[in-house]
Amino acid sequence: MRQIWNTPGGVHPPDNKEQSLTKNIGHLPLPEKLILPLTQHAGTAAKTCVVVGEKVLKGQKLASASAGISAAVHAPSSGWITAIEERSVAHPSGMSAACIEITCDGEDRWIERVSYPNYQQASAMQLRDLIADAGIAGLGGAGFPSAIKLDSGTKKPIDTLIINATECEPYITADDILICERADQIIQGIDIVSHLLGKPKTILIGIENNKPEAIAALNQHCQGTGIEVVYFPTKYPSGGEKQLIYILTGKEVPSGQLPADLGMVCLNSGTAFAIKRAVIDGEPLISRITTLAGEACGVNRNYEILIGTPVSHLLQHNNFDQALCSRLIMGGPMMGFSLASSEVPLIKTSTCILAPSHTEIPDDEPPQPCIRCGLCSEACPASLLPQQLYWYSRAKDHERLQSHNLFDCIECGACSYVCPSNIPLVQYYRSSKGDITNALATKATAAISRERFEFRQVRLEKADIARESKREARRLNTEQAKKMSPSTTQSTGSSAADIIKAAQLRGITKQASPEQQKAKLQRTLLAAQMRLEEAQQRLVQVTNKGSAHQQAQQLASVEAARRKVEQTTQRLTEVSH
Amino acid sequence: MVFKQVSSPHGHARQKTGEIMQLVVLATLPGFLVLTYQFGWGLLINLLIATLSAISAEALVLKLRNRPIDFYLRDYSAVVTAVLLALALPPLAPWWLVVVATVFSIVIAKQLYGGLGSNPFNPAMVGYVVALISFPIEMTTWVTPISLLAADISHPGLLESLAIVFTDNSPVDGVTGATPLDLFKHNDGLLVEQIYQNNTLFSRASFAGVGWEWANVAFLIGGLALLKARVFTWHGPMAMLGTLALMSMLFWDGGSSNSPGSPIMHLFSGASMLGAFFIVTDPVSSTVSNRGRLIYGALIGLLVYVIRAWGSYPDAVAFAVLLGNFAAPFIDNYTVPRTYGHDKSRRATAKEKSE
Ligand code: SF4
Ligand code: SF4
Repeated sequence: MRQIWNTPGGVHPPDNKEQSLTKNIGHLPLPEKLILPLTQHAGTAAKTCVVVGEKVLKGQKLASASAGISAAVHAPSSGWITAIEERSVAHPSGMSAACIEITCDGEDRWIERVSYPNYQQASAMQLRDLIADAGIAGLGGAGFPSAIKLDSGTKKPIDTLIINATECEPYITADDILICERADQIIQGIDIVSHLLGKPKTILIGIENNKPEAIAALNQHCQGTGIEVVYFPTKYPSGGEKQLIYILTGKEVPSGQLPADLGMVCLNSGTAFAIKRAVIDGEPLISRITTLAGEACGVNRNYEILIGTPVSHLLQHNNFDQALCSRLIMGGPMMGFSLASSEVPLIKTSTCILAPSHTEIPDDEPPQPCIRCGLCSEACPASLLPQQLYWYSRAKDHERLQSHNLFDCIECGACSYVCPSNIPLVQYYRSSKGDITNALATKATAAISRERFEFRQVRLEKADIARESKREARRLNTEQAKKMSPSTTQSTGSSAADIIKAAQLRGITKQASPEQQKAKLQRTLLAAQMRLEEAQQRLVQVTNKGSAHQQAQQLASVEAARRKVEQTTQRLTEVSH
Repeated sequence: MVFKQVSSPHGHARQKTGEIMQLVVLATLPGFLVLTYQFGWGLLINLLIATLSAISAEALVLKLRNRPIDFYLRDYSAVVTAVLLALALPPLAPWWLVVVATVFSIVIAKQLYGGLGSNPFNPAMVGYVVALISFPIEMTTWVTPISLLAADISHPGLLESLAIVFTDNSPVDGVTGATPLDLFKHNDGLLVEQIYQNNTLFSRASFAGVGWEWANVAFLIGGLALLKARVFTWHGPMAMLGTLALMSMLFWDGGSSNSPGSPIMHLFSGASMLGAFFIVTDPVSSTVSNRGRLIYGALIGLLVYVIRAWGSYPDAVAFAVLLGNFAAPFIDNYTVPRTYGHDKSRRATAKEKSE
C-alpha cells in the first residue's frame, strides 16, 4: 500500500455514523412543491430560462449557467412553474435568494434523455459540456461547478485524480452508503473523468478506515482498473481537499492556488456518481443522497432526495419531534450551519440534515476567557495559531490577522471544538474575513474615486490653460482690431458683454440639461460595468492562481466596481425621473 | 418551523477550562504531600490562607468590576495561583506574608490587567517576587527537613504551627536551616565533595539534597501526569530542564570550590520541577507556539542557572519566569508556525504584500 502522510492537528469527535447506516438508501414520496435556488453552487447565480406558468418536465433545464463560475439548474420532477422569486434558502446568514418554484403534477414525467454510453468516443470538450449542461457541482459540500474544475485549461496536465470518499464529518454517511450500494457506478464515473482528463497516471480513492464495508466494495470494483483505494486513520478534517491531498501525496497546495497547479484534480465520490448519471444515463443532477440523523428524528437514514425538496418534507416523513430538537443543522456538526426555518429546500450540496436532541448537542455554554492553553493550535490542521487569530479578531487588528494567515483558515471548526473556554472561534474568523474584504473594497473604491478626482483635476487644469491662451489670443486680436479701426470700439464693447452672457448661458445649459447629465451618467455606467467585468475576469484568474490575499483584494475590487455600478444606476434612475 | 441559529461547530470536546485548572491543582498533590511530610504543618496552613485570600480577593475585584462572580470563580484559576504560592512560600511564614503575596498576585498581577487570560506575567510569580523583595528575611527562612532534625527537636504540631504563623513567633532554634541551594550560594572555598561530606543535607541525601530531592521527584510525577493528560505539551518543561542540566554540566568545573553544583543537584533542588511543570507551562503568560515554547523554556532554564550560579539569590525560578514572560511576545513574533501551503513561516508583524 502507498505511503500515507499525517496531517498536523485534527480532532476525534464521536463518529455517530452507525445510526443512519442501519437501513439502505430510502426514497420519499414526491413533495407538493419543489423550490430550486438559482445559486446552489459556489459562484454566480444561474440565469432563468423558464417563465411562471410554464409546464416543465423532469430533467428539463430551468436555468442555465451564467458566464464565469456557475452551474445550471434542472427540474427534479414534472409540473408547473408557479413562482420565480426570492425565498429563504439554506445559507449560514439565513438570507433569501432567487428561487424557482415548481408545483409538481405527480406524474414525474421525464424529458427525453440523451445519453452517451460510449463516452470513450467523445472528446474531452464534449464530455465537459455534458457535465456542465447537467448542472453538476461538487456534492461534498463546497459546490464548486465540476465542469470548471475539470477544465485544466492552459495549466499543467493533470496526472493525479483523487476521489474524496473521506467523509470525515460525524453523522454523515451519504458517501459511505452510496459506495456500499452503487460502487460500480461510482467507478464508471471515475472512468469518465479519467477519460476526460486524458488518463491521469495515478487515480486514488481516499477513504477513512472507519468504513470497512465501503472499502471492501471499492476494492472489489477497482480490481484491474488501476484505481487505488487508499484508506487511512480516521481524523477530522481529513476530508478537507487540501488535507486529503497531503495525506495521499505528501504535497501541499500552495496558498491561494488550486490542486490543478500541482497537476491534481480532487472530486467527491458523490460527484463521480452524478457524472456517471449525467453521461451514461443522460440524467442531470436532480437528486442526491442526503443523510437524515439526530435523535429528534424517529428514523435515521439516508435518502435519495430530489433537489429542491423542503427540509420540512424530509422531517415530516421521519417522525420528527420539534420539542426534542435543539437545533436544525444542514451539513455535519463540525462545519454545517444551523437553519432558521425548515422551509428551506435541500440543494446540491446538502450532505446531511442533522436534528439533534438537547442531550446530543446541548446549548452552548457561555464562553470563558481564552487561557491561551494552545489546545486550538494543537488541533488546527492548517498550523495556524487560532488563539492569536482570536485576539487579533477581537482587537480588529487586520494587519496582524493577515500576517497570521487568516485567509488560510479553512473554517473546519477543530479549534472551537477543543477550546476548553467554549469560545466560538470560527465565528470570529468568519466575521473578520468579511470585515477585511469589506475594508479592502472600501479602499479600492476610494482608490478609484481618487484616481477619477486626480484625472478631473488634470483635465480642469488643462482646460484652464487652454481657456487662458484663447483669451490671450482674443485680447491680442481685439487690440489689433482696435488699432486697425477705432470706430468699432463700441460695438466691440457690447459684443464682449454678449460673449460673457452667452458663455454664462452656455454654462447654465451645460449644468442643467438633464439629457446631457443622463448621457454622462450613462457613459459612467458603461465604464463602471466594463470595469466590473474586468475585475470579475481578474478574480477568476486569481482564484485559479494567486495568493489568498490577492483573492481577497480582487474580491474587494469586484465589490467596489459593483458598488459603483449600483450607485450610477441609482443616480441614473433619479435623473430620469 | 423555526429553529435556533447557532454557529458551527455544533458540540464541543468534553474538557472545560475549570476542569483543566482542577487537574493542575490535583497534579500538585504528590509534591504537596512530600513537602508536608518533610516540612510539617506549615504547608497546609499556607495553602488554607492562600486559597481563602485568593478566592476572596478575586470575588471582591469581580464584584467591583461588575462581573458575575460565580461564573469567573468556576474557572479555578485563582485556586491554581493560591496553590502555587502555598508551595513556593516558606512553611511557617507569618500569615500576612502569605496574604500579601496572594492578594498582590490576584489583584495587581491578574485582575488589573483584565483578569484571566490577559495577564502578561504569571500572577503567582509576581506575588512571590514582591514578597521576596519586600520581606527578604521571612522569605528565606526555610524549615529543616524532618529527617535532619536533631534528636530532641521536632517540627511544631498543628496548634503550635498556627501560633507561629498567626502570632509572629519564631519557631524554635534548629527547626529552620539552610537549603541545598543556599549551601552552594554561601560556599566559601570548599570543594563540592567537601560540601557534600560536611553537610547532612547532602551526606544523608539519596541523590540530590534531603527534603528537596523527593519533593522534586513528586512534582516531576505530577507534571508527567499532566503531560499525559495533554494539559500542556512537552516543549516548555523539557527545554527548561534540558538547558538547566546543560548549563550545570558546562560549569560543573570538576567539582571545584567554584562549582555552582552538579546537574542532578540543580534539577532536583529548589523549585526546578515545580517551575518546569507548573509555572513554565502556565499558558497565559508563556509563548503560544511549540517552537516558541522551546525557546521560552530554554531561556528560563538559562536564567535560572545564571541567577543561581552568579546572582545574589539562591533560587531563581520566579525571577527567571518573569523575565521569560517579558520576552514571550518577542519570541512569539519570530516563531509563528509555517501555515499549510506556505513555504516559510512568517513574522507575526509581517506586512501583507500587495502586488
Ligand atoms: S483553545 Fe480556547 S482557551 Fe485555549 S488557547 Fe485556544 S482559544 Fe484560548
Ligand atoms: S477553523 Fe481555521 S483556525 Fe480553526 S482549526 Fe480550522 S483551519 Fe485552524
